[in-house]
Amino acid sequence: MILPLSSGIASKLSLVAVLAPPPLRRQLAHLTPLDVAVIAIYFAMVLFIGFYLRQGSNTSEQFFLAGREMTAWIAGLSFVSANMGSLELMGWAGSAYQYGILATHWYWIGAIPAMLFLGLVMMPFYYVSKTHSVPGYLKLRFGESSRILAAFSFALEMILMSGVNMFSMAVVMKVVLGWDITFSILMSSLAVAVYVGLGGLRSAIYNEVLQFVLIWAGALLVPILGLVEAGGWHKMVARIASNYRGQDYVHLWRDTAHFNANPMGVHWTGIVFGLGFVISFGYWTTDFLVVQRVLAARNLRAAQMAPIIGSFFKMAVPFIVILPGLLGLVVLQNPDGTLLHLVGENHVSALHPHSFNEVLPLMMVRYLGPGLLGLGITALMAGFMSGMAGNVSAFATVWTYDIYQPLIRKRAPDSHYVAIGRWATVLGVVVSIGAAYLVMHAAGIMDYVQALFSFFIAPLLGAILLGMFWKRATSAGGFCGLLLGILSSVSLFAWVRMDPSGLSMVALSPDAKSMAENLYRALWSFLISIAVTVVVSMFTQPKPVAELDGLVYGVTKLPFQGPVPFYRNQWFWAVVVVILFAGLNILFW
Amino acid sequence: MRSLGVPANIPIWFFVGVLLTIYGALIGGHGVYAWVTHERSVVVLANLHAAVWWGGMILILGLVYCVKFFPGQQR
Repeated sequence: MILPLSSGIASKLSLVAVLAPPPLRRQLAHLTPLDVAVIAIYFAMVLFIGFYLRQGSNTSEQFFLAGREMTAWIAGLSFVSANMGSLELMGWAGSAYQYGILATHWYWIGAIPAMLFLGLVMMPFYYVSKTHSVPGYLKLRFGESSRILAAFSFALEMILMSGVNMFSMAVVMKVVLGWDITFSILMSSLAVAVYVGLGGLRSAIYNEVLQFVLIWAGALLVPILGLVEAGGWHKMVARIASNYRGQDYVHLWRDTAHFNANPMGVHWTGIVFGLGFVISFGYWTTDFLVVQRVLAARNLRAAQMAPIIGSFFKMAVPFIVILPGLLGLVVLQNPDGTLLHLVGENHVSALHPHSFNEVLPLMMVRYLGPGLLGLGITALMAGFMSGMAGNVSAFATVWTYDIYQPLIRKRAPDSHYVAIGRWATVLGVVVSIGAAYLVMHAAGIMDYVQALFSFFIAPLLGAILLGMFWKRATSAGGFCGLLLGILSSVSLFAWVRMDPSGLSMVALSPDAKSMAENLYRALWSFLISIAVTVVVSMFTQPKPVAELDGLVYGVTKLPFQGPVPFYRNQWFWAVVVVILFAGLNILFW
Repeated sequence: MRSLGVPANIPIWFFVGVLLTIYGALIGGHGVYAWVTHERSVVVLANLHAAVWWGGMILILGLVYCVKFFPGQQR
């Protein structure tokens, strides 16, 4: 199984890379007319929202940034929902079945600190600079060349990810419901094209909030009934220990002191520094897919609160993702009553017909009757579509503001850029469909698409952190750091592909597995990006301090937000999150 | 000020309420029908009638959102 990089967009790749629909499989579920009605109503609703919101998306500010009018709650839920695709739900449930509670790291240390950092520390600079995008911030801080490099790499990544996401959904629908792949691709992509193309980011955000609610309504029942059947948490843990002797599935940190002491083959340093810092901070603070949702907040306080609100829900997601995977270890049975063993995709056979990745659909089919199953399937589709819409809306913004405007037509009426944004949405969907079919006919490309994501975020984090917190960082330093960081990540990836023994050097241990490579490759490329930026900056001329106002910590006057009751203060809620986060890690240590 | 940060007249939460109400009515309604008619079920823990109480909870939540965020109420 190819493990996901982070609990984010990259993780969507993990499932499809291995979940091909082999002829051995029979579809897992059969829908009743009631289930079909539930799904159809969902599609009708998202299309209605797209048409309804068209009237409020006439200016570029409205189309690309939802008019910057979203409340903290809406921006926060959208922020989490855009990241919470159903491949993520299925992929991480499968990882939990395979590796146990260790998979939770991608939701807790791999997300929560970064989300708090975005809200409390970085958001003021993004928001005050009034940038439309993350590449736009790079332009303000480091100049046009950095912006163009980031914009092209981001646009390419978004479009490929969208195609992969689309194909992934189609494959899952094929495996779970027996649906035709082309039908699933066209149905979902047309729906996304219509509602994002018409209503822009506002429509995407509206639907992401709706999808967020549906994901919980459709998926929460599974762990509840699973715990009832298993006899509660403690009995589940006891049965896992009894069924799988010698393997630890229920401790987060206890067995991470050595690479070979845990099934993932990771070390705590990789989890803390590679995942918890570089990958997590890179994704949650610089990936425009998620940052765009927060930029749509109606004021700075709402923009700061949005990631903090989102972090509460992010911490809860393991309940509907990881717990079903753990429950699958004890409740799933063969028709003869013996324990059902799920296997890796390469080992699916008549004897073992189901893979790890099917654990969530199997649990749904086990507990959800007519209507509820339709709601569960709708939750999966909603997840797919929120991820796809996130990719497409972010692509349209970056294409219009960071590629089309600076390189093709610098000055045009606002309505022209809105039209370009709508067409970019359509173009993004069409190219995504092409990418989906490309992936379908060349499965090996999946590895490279997943790597593509990892190539950019760590160096981008290095460039943005130095740009935001070191006023001495120069334009040349930022560009060189970003470029060499990307090149170093590509080189490390190519090295390990050509010579697998290189993994032990990249991850600093002969016991390291592929997951460790991802974590350490991100760490090295981040450090190289930082080092190059610092060295080049020391030999080049920095911008005058006066030009850094609104962009750099220490020389920016942040707007006075006025006193608020403690329960509206972002710092208060951040402390609550930190306490919860620490408590959960200790509880499941 | 417009409600919930959107210029549209219909808040997002109203859409959420409508969808949950429809789903709750459909799922809960079918759950009650299946319970009353002793419809054969193949799912595990069918004796708990999850569709009835889960559908009922979704219905109540949906109705609360519909009423609380009915268009024009949040001024």
